[in-house]
Amino acid sequence: MRRGFLLAPLWLWLLLFVAAPVAVLAVMALATPSDGVPPFTLGLRFAAFAMLVEDGYYVEALFSALRLAATTAGLCLLIAYPMALGMAGVRPRWRLPLLAMLMLPFWSGFLLRIGAWIGLLRDEGLINRLLRGFGITEAPLPLLYTEGAMLVGMVHAYLPFAVLPLFTALVRLDPALLEAAADLGARPARVFFSVTLPLTLPAAAAGFLLVFIPAAGEFVIPELLGPPEAQVIGRVLWQEFFQSRDWPLAAALGLALLALLILPMRWFQKLEAEQ
Amino acid sequence: MIRRLIALFCLLLLPGLAAAQERVVNVYNWSDYIDPYAVQRFMRETGIRVRYDVYDSLETLEGKLSAGRSGYDIIVPTSEPSFARLLRAGALAPLDRARLPNWRNLDARLMARVAEIDPGNQHGAIYLWGTVGLGLRLDRIRAIAPDLALDGLDVLFKPENAARLARCGIMVMDSATDVLPSALRWAGRDPNAHALEDLRAAEQTLMGIRRHVRAIIPAGAILDALANGEACVALTYSGDVIQAKARAEEAGRGVEIGYVAPRQGAQLWFDMLAIPADAPNKDAAHDFINFLLRPDVMAGITNHVRYPNAVPASLAAVDVAVREDRNVYPDEAMLAASFVASTPPREIERARSRLWSRFKAGR
Repeated sequence: MRRGFLLAPLWLWLLLFVAAPVAVLAVMALATPSDGVPPFTLGLRFAAFAMLVEDGYYVEALFSALRLAATTAGLCLLIAYPMALGMAGVRPRWRLPLLAMLMLPFWSGFLLRIGAWIGLLRDEGLINRLLRGFGITEAPLPLLYTEGAMLVGMVHAYLPFAVLPLFTALVRLDPALLEAAADLGARPARVFFSVTLPLTLPAAAAGFLLVFIPAAGEFVIPELLGPPEAQVIGRVLWQEFFQSRDWPLAAALGLALLALLILPMRWFQKLEAEQ
Repeated sequence: MIRRLIALFCLLLLPGLAAAQERVVNVYNWSDYIDPYAVQRFMRETGIRVRYDVYDSLETLEGKLSAGRSGYDIIVPTSEPSFARLLRAGALAPLDRARLPNWRNLDARLMARVAEIDPGNQHGAIYLWGTVGLGLRLDRIRAIAPDLALDGLDVLFKPENAARLARCGIMVMDSATDVLPSALRWAGRDPNAHALEDLRAAEQTLMGIRRHVRAIIPAGAILDALANGEACVALTYSGDVIQAKARAEEAGRGVEIGYVAPRQGAQLWFDMLAIPADAPNKDAAHDFINFLLRPDVMAGITNHVRYPNAVPASLAAVDVAVREDRNVYPDEAMLAASFVASTPPREIERARSRLWSRFKAGR
């Protein structure tokens, strides 16, 4: 009884901020778009879902979003591992300043950081001016509005989510295990791959998911830094909602993305259970 | 004791009463789209407080209005598509002409063009208007293609021209409504045609230059790109190009911007002063519209934002440089050749928005 009482805020939270919004989305997805305020009439119509499946455009957008999210999360892990190893390896009193160095930029405005990238990558931006100043290029390199610019922005925005779980896991790692492996003759690379990596795998998976899930629905970074052809689901959803004003279709897209994101979460649960 | 309590009660009530008596108007307008002095003057003269909020795309405006209870008293949707769609959705309140004595200042010929959408002009007064055309970075274009005739949409839509100019940055504003009619007109069709065959012609025109286009972004971002010298050729709103030109001159880094309206006839658009159907302060909203339609106020706005207005009596007070700039105020011949976009039915809108996403995706 008392336990149930303690869990009440959690249930309330889930009801208000998970169940209720999903229910609203579901009702909207089954409605019929119309001219009016709001721009749909309630009903029971599955055309929006049918359109998602039949029209290759939406499937393609879903996959390109998942591709972008997976690439971002993978790159974040690649960069986060050495960073977390370094941060965990220093003397404890240095950890807080290093952590602050990771987190401080993250506390500045998100749009400000994207704006800073635009300033760096522009034709007349710092990078292009340096390249021309040193005579490396003659005409400005097109950097902004490219796949690369979008990835740089994504990785920069989400990197702390990958570093933090890894850092926590590495700090907790018993140094005796690493010493034992070294005493038994394992070289550092071998120690990393046979001891450190398997023990921090759940943290790596957590970091991957923490990046992957928000990255899959990302709208702002592809819009501001990416090429026009990067039609990820976030942008398509925005277009359906604001430009076509087809709220039912936009709601159906949102639900489809949610359903797709449940899969990796189940995979993570399985991984944790195995550990 | 009781008397003291009553006195205290009255004191507590006072601010509430004052707030109830203070008149407010909630204005939702495009960013950088008014003379700030005009707002101050309105507050001083009428005692009505203006709460001013801005948007940078029609989608944002329509999104808020579509959800209902936006709380705004004045909005400034563009004739096509937003004003027409909000009208169809019943989201706009009819204007009370008796409360708008300055209505007579409006240019009847321009208002007649909006009447095609809003019969009898019952729901909106023209605030500012303009054309859709090309912003060009003249200094770079002269260096890359000195022989190119800069006289119309050929600069952008002819694939061989686009190929030559691609490396200095071609941009198109991300708005099917503002680009498709011009593409249709260039392809020799009715700009408002929406038969499948016509849409295919427009798509061919756009796809022919797609791989040379660097960015398809909102008009506000194109303004910045032009002013910075990032864009060489940009299909966007006339006033944005003129603002970018002024900004580039101010920065003094040798970026030279010019505007070219389509020779075949430009798309005209009108930004309309309108009152949402559920506006909480309709009285104050009428006062605000009436104030804006005063010739001296309108002249100040045009001088500031460099878009033409629809109050001919304001011309005398408009700076000569702005008044005589044919890119701001098109001449009679240009006006005669211009066209106004119409609202296609919902199914066609979907076909058009799908065409537009294919153009953006480049496949």
